[in-house]
Amino acid sequence: MFKDITRRASKFAAIAAAGLLAMNVQAAEPIRIGSFLAVTGPASFLGDPELKTLEMYVEKINEEGGVLGRQLELVHYDDAGNASKARNFASRLIRSDRVDIIVGGSTTGATMAAVPMVEQAGIPFISLAGAVVITDPVKKWVFKTPQTDRMAAERVLTDMKERGLTKVGLISGTGGFGSSGREQTLAAASAMGGIEIVADETYGGSDTDMTAQLTNIRGTDGVQTILNFGFGQGPAIVTRNYSQLGIELPFYQSHGVASDSFLELAGNSAEGLRLPASPLLVPDSLPADDPQKPVVEAYKTEYEARWNSKVSTFGAYAYDGLMLAVEAIEKAGSTDKAAVRDALESIQGHVGVTGTFNMSPEDHNGLEAESFRILEVQDGSWKLIN
Amino acid sequence: MFSEFLQYLFTGITIGATYALIALGFTLIYNASHVINFAQGEFLMIGGMATVSLTAMGVPMLLAIVLAVVLAGVLGIALQRLAIAPAKNADVVTLIIITIGASIFIRGLAQLVWGKEYHVMPNFSSEEPIQIFGAVLNSQSLWVLGVGAVLVAVLVYFFTRTLTGKAILATSMNKDAARLVGIRTQVVLMLAFMVSALLGSVAGIVVAPITFTSYDIGIILGLKGFVAAAIGGLGSGMGAVVGGLALGVVEAMAAGYLSSDYKDAVAFSMILVVLFFMPRGLFGAKVVERV
Repeated sequence: MFKDITRRASKFAAIAAAGLLAMNVQAAEPIRIGSFLAVTGPASFLGDPELKTLEMYVEKINEEGGVLGRQLELVHYDDAGNASKARNFASRLIRSDRVDIIVGGSTTGATMAAVPMVEQAGIPFISLAGAVVITDPVKKWVFKTPQTDRMAAERVLTDMKERGLTKVGLISGTGGFGSSGREQTLAAASAMGGIEIVADETYGGSDTDMTAQLTNIRGTDGVQTILNFGFGQGPAIVTRNYSQLGIELPFYQSHGVASDSFLELAGNSAEGLRLPASPLLVPDSLPADDPQKPVVEAYKTEYEARWNSKVSTFGAYAYDGLMLAVEAIEKAGSTDKAAVRDALESIQGHVGVTGTFNMSPEDHNGLEAESFRILEVQDGSWKLIN
Repeated sequence: MFSEFLQYLFTGITIGATYALIALGFTLIYNASHVINFAQGEFLMIGGMATVSLTAMGVPMLLAIVLAVVLAGVLGIALQRLAIAPAKNADVVTLIIITIGASIFIRGLAQLVWGKEYHVMPNFSSEEPIQIFGAVLNSQSLWVLGVGAVLVAVLVYFFTRTLTGKAILATSMNKDAARLVGIRTQVVLMLAFMVSALLGSVAGIVVAPITFTSYDIGIILGLKGFVAAAIGGLGSGMGAVVGGLALGVVEAMAAGYLSSDYKDAVAFSMILVVLFFMPRGLFGAKVVERV
């Protein structure tokens, strides 16, 4: 009998405790932000700063009281840049973690692998990958923060035209970034008109010398300027060969090498070359009335103070992704997925590190080619041209 | 016109000399054991990366090079002792697979220790390229060629004039007979791995100013070096040099006169042709198998 009572009492207590706990959870149920990034593996130079950025700003937003009075919770998986892993993790985020929004996908492959799951489940997804296919054609639930390679090509070609250079020699890597960049450059040149690609050379990702290709371009009739679209160490070798050959034509690189480590690799030979890049590389030379200046400066100082390592353009994509998500949730006033999606699509004039976002039903990227700044290497560092 | 041809030739020689130097590393272990050591590329990487990181710590260049070469030598011994020796009765294919595993392990370790970034090494002599008849040649290419020539001479001397070299050859020809005449075959093998690692690291250091260096440079360069070695005839020092230079010059000429898209295709077709007509490569030893 007594045993029975104690058993009942303890049962009651347990139920009461559980109920109390449940109520607590109800009151402060966090907003769950899901993410899959290439933190390890060959694309870790993308995923690593992206994860650091997400972690640090989720923490910061929580300290400041969260969003809609609720705390943020980051649920993260490392896809190592592998598309099939990304697919699995996207499915896990949607089905078992039940996240409210996904900010992630460091590479185009990983992003595109997750897109069908996201579209089917109907969950807002902000991708951090570059290629134009992600948002063109527009997919209902998919957004992205980086500019496309098409914009980079347009930006470079516009700058060339402004300098009166209309005959371009193109040299590109055969990797994914280089070959997509090559296609977009050719397409942009024919769409813009008044500018012509007169030479079209390529090099393999493992090549250690590109003087043959450069000699060929130099020998092409009428060539006025040279553009290299590529990624990794290849463009640095092209740059060195360029100066060894003593080519005097104006030289352009793509945003793929817009980092300080490229300057280190290419050394003196990079002097005078131009490329399209994020303002993050030159926060100090932005004019005081530039709306992006405070955002860029704050991100750079906070990131570098927290992680004690150099800030990178790729981390900035994650910063913009998270801030867009936060703004959309605030605008929607809830985490209702359809409401958040609609809010995301109607974001106007959101000033991020990468650029100013103006989303619309036709444009899920929201950036203009002008958000790329043209930089020139002068005395071993980046100088803002326009 | 002539200056363009000369430029392609110089480019080819620069690339080819790099391949040749790497190919040399394959010949030694192949001579000793008929094993193709796919961790050879990792010795290159260790040479380049260790030199770069030691100089970054303030060690003078020359001392850094010596230390890097010693480190690679120790690694070569460790590879033989810890990975190859325990499987001593396995056949050659198994041993080759073991070297692939070892290369993945070493690369992973290097990634943890040194990170994933590319690093620069300054040219040994002037950064200024040399101008000849309107074409330019990177001064480092001359270093690569010179070091390659010295290494070939040393290898030839080692295999034909020294007892240790002859012991290595004897072990490769007939392990049991070599043991019968008193050659400690395991020690000989260890020696072969060590010398090959030394050779590989020297190659890695000399080519680093041209190619840059990073933890995964060994995959790329190792493969090209192996191809060069196969063209020249595995096991022949002279063959490695000729094979490497031929591969480089064909690549550069194809990029210059045909199309840069097809340069690798042309290079690999050349391999097919060479191996089709001369299955043992240009300088391969004629071996008569006794039935």
